[in-house]
Amino acid sequence: MNAPHELPQKLRIATTSLSGCFGCHMSLLDIDERLLELATLVEFDRSPITDIKHCGPCDVGLVEGGVCNAENVEVLRELRRNCKVLVAFGACAITGGLPAQRNNREVTQCLTQIYRTDSGEVAVPNDPELPLLLDKVYPINEIVRVDYFLPGCPPSGDTIWKFLTDLLTGRTPRIEHPLLKFD
Amino acid sequence: MSDASELHDLIEQVLQRYQRRPDRLVQILHDIQDGLGYLSDATIALLAERLQISYAQVRSTRDFYAFFYSEDRGQYRILFSDNVTDRMAGNQALFQQMLDYFNLQPGKVSRDGLVSVDLTSCTGMCDQGPAILVNEMAITRMTPQRVNQVCALVSAGVPLAQWPSGFFAVDDNIRRADCLLGASPEPGESIRAAIARGREGMLAEMKHSNLRGRGGAGFTTAIKWEACRNAAGEQRYIVCNGDEGEPGTFKDRVLLQSYAGRVFEGMVIAAYTVGAQLGLLYLRAEYRYLRPRLEAFLAGMRAQNLLGKDIVGVSGFDFDIEIHLGAGAYICGEETALIESLEGKAGKPRVRPPFPVACGYLNQPTVVNNVETLCKATEIAIHGGAWYEAIGTKQSTGTKVLSVSGDCARPGIYEYAFGVRISQVLEDCGARNAIAVQVSGASGACLSERELGRRIAFEDVPTAGSFMIFDKQRDMFEVARNFAHFFKHESCGFCTPCRGGTALISSMMDKIAEGRGTQYEMNELLRLQAVMKTSSHCGLGQTAGNAIADTVQKFRPAYERRLAQTDFVPAFDLDAALAKARHLSGRDDAHAHLGEEV
Repeated sequence: MNAPHELPQKLRIATTSLSGCFGCHMSLLDIDERLLELATLVEFDRSPITDIKHCGPCDVGLVEGGVCNAENVEVLRELRRNCKVLVAFGACAITGGLPAQRNNREVTQCLTQIYRTDSGEVAVPNDPELPLLLDKVYPINEIVRVDYFLPGCPPSGDTIWKFLTDLLTGRTPRIEHPLLKFD
Repeated sequence: MSDASELHDLIEQVLQRYQRRPDRLVQILHDIQDGLGYLSDATIALLAERLQISYAQVRSTRDFYAFFYSEDRGQYRILFSDNVTDRMAGNQALFQQMLDYFNLQPGKVSRDGLVSVDLTSCTGMCDQGPAILVNEMAITRMTPQRVNQVCALVSAGVPLAQWPSGFFAVDDNIRRADCLLGASPEPGESIRAAIARGREGMLAEMKHSNLRGRGGAGFTTAIKWEACRNAAGEQRYIVCNGDEGEPGTFKDRVLLQSYAGRVFEGMVIAAYTVGAQLGLLYLRAEYRYLRPRLEAFLAGMRAQNLLGKDIVGVSGFDFDIEIHLGAGAYICGEETALIESLEGKAGKPRVRPPFPVACGYLNQPTVVNNVETLCKATEIAIHGGAWYEAIGTKQSTGTKVLSVSGDCARPGIYEYAFGVRISQVLEDCGARNAIAVQVSGASGACLSERELGRRIAFEDVPTAGSFMIFDKQRDMFEVARNFAHFFKHESCGFCTPCRGGTALISSMMDKIAEGRGTQYEMNELLRLQAVMKTSSHCGLGQTAGNAIADTVQKFRPAYERRLAQTDFVPAFDLDAALAKARHLSGRDDAHAHLGEEV
């Protein structure tokens, strides 16, 4: 009944960077030659790696970055709708991170300061191409349900590898020292 | 105070009072704040210079304690106790009434600098609430009428000393007395009895009695005393932990108010047994009103040679007691945080081991005992360990003083031999229709109706004394939410599991209260509680999630009826979060809005 089963077909993974620095994605590339092994285990759906613009049904979604604007919310929702398992990938997704530094100021103050010309005129652009800022930068778990949190700024390549291989082989992911440390 | 030289004079006076000792910083800050009303950065800087310690050190102490203020809080600082029992007695309406009277926002000072009105953690008046503190003086039994009287006195600028004395009456409400509250030994009787037994003899009786600490943890007192006696050190200290901050507990207030002799004689006996020369009573700031009479009591003991040099004629037995005032920090009930506070620092718990018995106050061997524990030592000195051991249960000897509050006809102090059933206490205090009892305060256990046959004892339901009763009109979710806010406020912030955990639990409880909670939050609450329990630095964080876990399991429908039907709801209104940017950009297109996720 519980004979060794054949490995399921490749898992589909989507990744995205919301309000982040792509550092977590860079760190994903830092798994180096294991990328080849990863490629035999998974297939990438929407991701900066594939440049696929919209997500289809996936097994795993990795979300880097906090949620700072309306577009971030839409992308995040798209991943949540399509992914069985959603992972807050790195510090910004978990807490808001560096972009959340602006939370100490009113968004009004931020915008009027940024869009102020030398003559002191304020003209915040009215352009549907530019996503509107939320009042604050939020961690992703305040907007959608999140299944796993992978801490680190960024999580190291080894940490990501450990996390993904745990997930792929059906073990509850556990990140422990020395992979889990922040100094 | 505008005149700089007056400020210098005041600081000089206070510093002289405390021999310019930096380890008396908390006491020094109290006295200076009494003179100035608050402790500005400039005052702090001057003080640091005079004490020859760093500005950061003084400031971190000031900023840690709720009752030290960096800004003017008005001539009258009014704080409403916000324990769940105060809420049940209607404190929120009274709080609002007072805010409306002065046309104030919570925590803001009136424009004329006269008054500020805010909330504070449980002030230990749960049997006679709702209670307030005016400049740290307790006023009990607030009613709409009394609120008006207080408002009128404040508006007229009447000095606190001239307010009707009836306002400040704090009743003992002793409803059931047993061997501690019922006895009336002669002053000094227990000290003489201990001395007659000798140091070894007294320790042997303590061992025989199997007395366990009454502060909650239940450590065997004799082992503590013996370890302190045997530890290497130049000085030994006896500390009485009178920082009774656990919501719903007020037995130490009654013991200090009407049984101070027992407390202090217990300290003398401990000093005699372990060889200490100085005792420190750490009195929580909320009980400041007790200080003058406690000082007078100590003076009386000195006059009777029950304190001082060669106590009761025993050559070389010198011991005295000082009173230290806390400044509004629940965490200081933790013994190592209390010691830090006694040393003039922010009350952050130390790493243990070493334990205080080996390395405590000023890094010397120190016994820290609860107020009630010390009272029990006097009984053992007089009657002996065998007599004591026969009372109560096998692992919980003697009697326990319970602070009963909440939905019952006769709230107050009840003393029982250990082993008493919860249902017995409920019957005695006239609690009908109880659906839940929170035993041992916010950090304790929430018992449901079907557990009322359980017993108060370390073997079954351990308690530091708090016993809060809730009947069927109460919403147990709101009870747990009150505790969640309490712990968020009282976490010292030292370790992440507690600092983050209490804040996350608190915001999740608020999310559920707003109707944005789902099964996801229910699971998260339990997961967080498990993390905090296993990884927090001290007992505060380890127990802060108890009431949440208990109520989630035993009163689940109280949570469930607030949950949204969907899988998940964001923590905030997404579309509203775009409103400011929408307004500034003048946009109103489809992409300028966020609807509900379907």
